[in-house]
Amino acid sequence: MDLLNLLIQGTLLGGLYALFAAGLALMFGVMRFINIAHGDFIVVAAYLLLVAVLTLGLHPLVGIVLVTVLMGAIGYLGQRVLLNRVLDDDILPPVLVTFGLSIILQNALMEGFSADSQRVPAGSFDTASIALGPDIAIGLLPLAMFLAAIGVLGVLHYVFFHTHLGRLLRATADDAEIVPLMGASNAHTFALATAIASAVVAIAGTMLAMKTNFDPTIGPSRLLFAFEAVIIGGLGNIWGVLAGGIILGVAQAIGAQIDAGFQILAGHIAFLVVLALRPRGLFAKS
Amino acid sequence: MTKLLETNNLTAFYGDFQALFGIDFFVEPGETVAIIGANGAGKSTFLRAVTGMRPTRGQQIRFDGRPIAGLSPERIHRAGLTMVPEGRRLFASLSVEENLLIGASGGRKGHWTLDEVLVLFPALEERRHHDGAELSGGQQQMVAIGRALMSNPKLLLCDEISLGLAPKVVREIYAAIPLIRARGTALVVIEQDIQQALKVADRVYCFQEGRVTMTGAPAELSLAQIKHAYFGTETA
Repeated sequence: MDLLNLLIQGTLLGGLYALFAAGLALMFGVMRFINIAHGDFIVVAAYLLLVAVLTLGLHPLVGIVLVTVLMGAIGYLGQRVLLNRVLDDDILPPVLVTFGLSIILQNALMEGFSADSQRVPAGSFDTASIALGPDIAIGLLPLAMFLAAIGVLGVLHYVFFHTHLGRLLRATADDAEIVPLMGASNAHTFALATAIASAVVAIAGTMLAMKTNFDPTIGPSRLLFAFEAVIIGGLGNIWGVLAGGIILGVAQAIGAQIDAGFQILAGHIAFLVVLALRPRGLFAKS
Repeated sequence: MTKLLETNNLTAFYGDFQALFGIDFFVEPGETVAIIGANGAGKSTFLRAVTGMRPTRGQQIRFDGRPIAGLSPERIHRAGLTMVPEGRRLFASLSVEENLLIGASGGRKGHWTLDEVLVLFPALEERRHHDGAELSGGQQQMVAIGRALMSNPKLLLCDEISLGLAPKVVREIYAAIPLIRARGTALVVIEQDIQQALKVADRVYCFQEGRVTMTGAPAELSLAQIKHAYFGTETA
């Protein structure tokens, strides 16, 4: 029964990791852009929700919608104004720029919110749970987050495979150079990709804010989880990202059961095992 | 008489290497023009310059009465100038139908729609939900041409559309050209096969080492002239 419980808790956590990973995978897939500040964007979203709920007094759901729209808009503008300038055949400049951005964001958050760890209360949701048996209970909040994560991935899947924007994003991932010959602007498509990625990051960050304590320095480790989930699942596959997130989440849950200090390490070990056995990930596209 | 496309003294550089040395070129509305020349003569570079894929800021290129030098490829596309790129370059993760649909991203309306392209190339109909990679070379070329037609261009540039294809397949592809012309579309065709070029074109330009070495209607040109312009067999 204990193991089943671990699997369930780990799976629910995996939904959040899948969201961390989805934005990262999207930006890399469409424009070969590695965003080192990805984890810090997640933390920024968490703080934005904190401000919306605790300072402005908004309902958490309203806050989530607001933060998502805001982050999407910032993503579009940031790509258009700043990040498009460093996109080239060389993948190193984006890494350097976003590395700098990561440090700036961490310090700005430290300046504005101090190093104290914070959490956004989700009201009665925080402690409510459904009993599935004598020893197993699922928290409503983790369950809702998991379902939301599936929903977000489902929307992404729909956009990618059933809309003109999705076609454009896939075409750009295939061969960006000739997409302008189709009448579409690369600068605009890249910015839309970042806008979508940022909106997903916002949803992930706001969930993080309600789920655990956070402080300005936790971004890089979230980036690591995102990377691991992407690589476990395999690039270029939305549902692979979910599998990657779940495997990482379950590994961490099992590790935590063995010893609290073992949680993160267990995730890394699962990642290394997959990397050694299936270097292209479990569900890589060809 | 306004020309549809006109370049004056067009130059192009790759770093220190000069690829085009002052190309004067024009296309009349509805006309089909062939560009012939050996590898490295600058034919593809010329098309890339005209479509905006190479920088041309400050040069003299007019399309449909407007200067287009320095504009982005997507803006030139929306003005009605499209290219079938060399090597077909289908989008690998898109189906045939999706490849065609994405050609209409510029939003230009006209005769050519998904259905009309499938009428032009019936072989694509049963393959429309397949990936481009599953098609034969000739079918891939049909998709590439259809994709460009989806933008209803006033001028369609075709870069080496017969490259690597069997003669029978080449004839099939070229059979579509009169049907495309019938809709008023002007064409510029880059062609290695000189006979094919002379057959399809109203006028021919021959490029050699970045310069126009000969131009005229096919009927006016002798084989000796073409050979000279193509290979530069005599030194001037």
